Amino acid sequence: MAIELSRRQFVQLAGISGMGVVFASALPGMAHAAGKEDFYFVQMSDTHWGFQGPPNPDAKGTLRKAVTSVNALEYEPDFIVFTGDLTHTTDDPVERRKRMAEFRDIVKDLKVKTLRFMPGEHDASLDYGKAFREFFGDTHYTFDHKGVHFIALDNVSDPRAMLGDEQLAWLAADLKQQKTDAPIVVLTHRPLFDLVPQWDWATRDGAKAIELLLAYQNVTVFYGHIHQEHHHMTGHIAHHAAKGLMFPLPAPGSQPNRTPLPWNPAEPYKGLGFRSVDANDDAKAFAITEYPVITKA
Amino acid sequence: MNPTRRSMMCAAAAAVCGLGTAGVYVAAAPAEANEKVIKITAKRFEFIPGHVTVKKGVPVVFEFVTEDVFMGFNLPDFNVRSDIVPGKTARLRLVPDKTGTFVFLCDVFCGSGHEEMNGKLTVVA
Repeated sequence: MAIELSRRQFVQLAGISGMGVVFASALPGMAHAAGKEDFYFVQMSDTHWGFQGPPNPDAKGTLRKAVTSVNALEYEPDFIVFTGDLTHTTDDPVERRKRMAEFRDIVKDLKVKTLRFMPGEHDASLDYGKAFREFFGDTHYTFDHKGVHFIALDNVSDPRAMLGDEQLAWLAADLKQQKTDAPIVVLTHRPLFDLVPQWDWATRDGAKAIELLLAYQNVTVFYGHIHQEHHHMTGHIAHHAAKGLMFPLPAPGSQPNRTPLPWNPAEPYKGLGFRSVDANDDAKAFAITEYPVITKA
Repeated sequence: MNPTRRSMMCAAAAAVCGLGTAGVYVAAAPAEANEKVIKITAKRFEFIPGHVTVKKGVPVVFEFVTEDVFMGFNLPDFNVRSDIVPGKTARLRLVPDKTGTFVFLCDVFCGSGHEEMNGKLTVVA
């Protein structure tokens, strides 16, 4: 007899079988709220398309393999968000656009209704986000999905790693429209808090955004930039960094420089991957599941 | 402090960000005669010199120029930083209040080697 599992049951079973599920982020406002539905999205980050070098001898193949793995997920995600550094930086505006076009061509093969994009400093800091906007639209925006308010913040188009007063005012105005117990997810590229300022792993005025967000009871932040899974709390706000899809970086502050970790031929793609994020309607939590680049032999 | 110098100090506050930790004083005014000046050139993707040694409690004024693009100098352990704008000399006054070796880095994204653009400040007793 065939047994049909819901996405939630699947994630629960995956947790039992050791797939790396983290019930990490409290979203108590979602638990019994009328009209809320469970759903999940996929976060992909730091694909650095255009990078070449020893840290990833399969630089041209890794993203495609990840696309294949996402498409092989049992259930289609509601949407997929790329949290920045879609491309590796270049001084050449023509080459920058070529890389963005190639990246866009590859990810259009993802089997999902909605793709959302955010810039990283490699995409946007040398031209204040101009090329990114040509290809992917606004660098900061909001959207609502099944009862959750999503806010994508841009802390990279200003090369000083700042949100800026204008965007902070925009954020404050947006938040004023939300109830204090509304479930809110913030998406950024850089950490909003000072993770390792000595490695430039920070947002210079990120504390101002966190101060605004702290007035809301159910806020969770998903970000990229640091090329590894990482979890941190600022007050009641959880911040979850995602793995990258080009090269992993060392643990925060673990060595003098933030140089890419070397490729290990015995464990190719180690430290790279993507994640799914399940917003359950009765679990009072986001379930984060980490996936490797290659999920099937 | 005469009025001219005071007005220069006020104007400097808009250009240079110093967050006022104990024992640290920053401004973009030219160095006083008795202050040690340390000139640092930024260019993609290094600071020259990349290692600076100073004495605890002795005021120094860093003078920064960039040879190419917009850069930043950030010394997180002392909570001070400065923009380095092409064509201008940026100044940062510091009274080191602790000994040790500390990282400074470029905190304005400047290109493919930005992540490796850093140096060291050693403060001796």
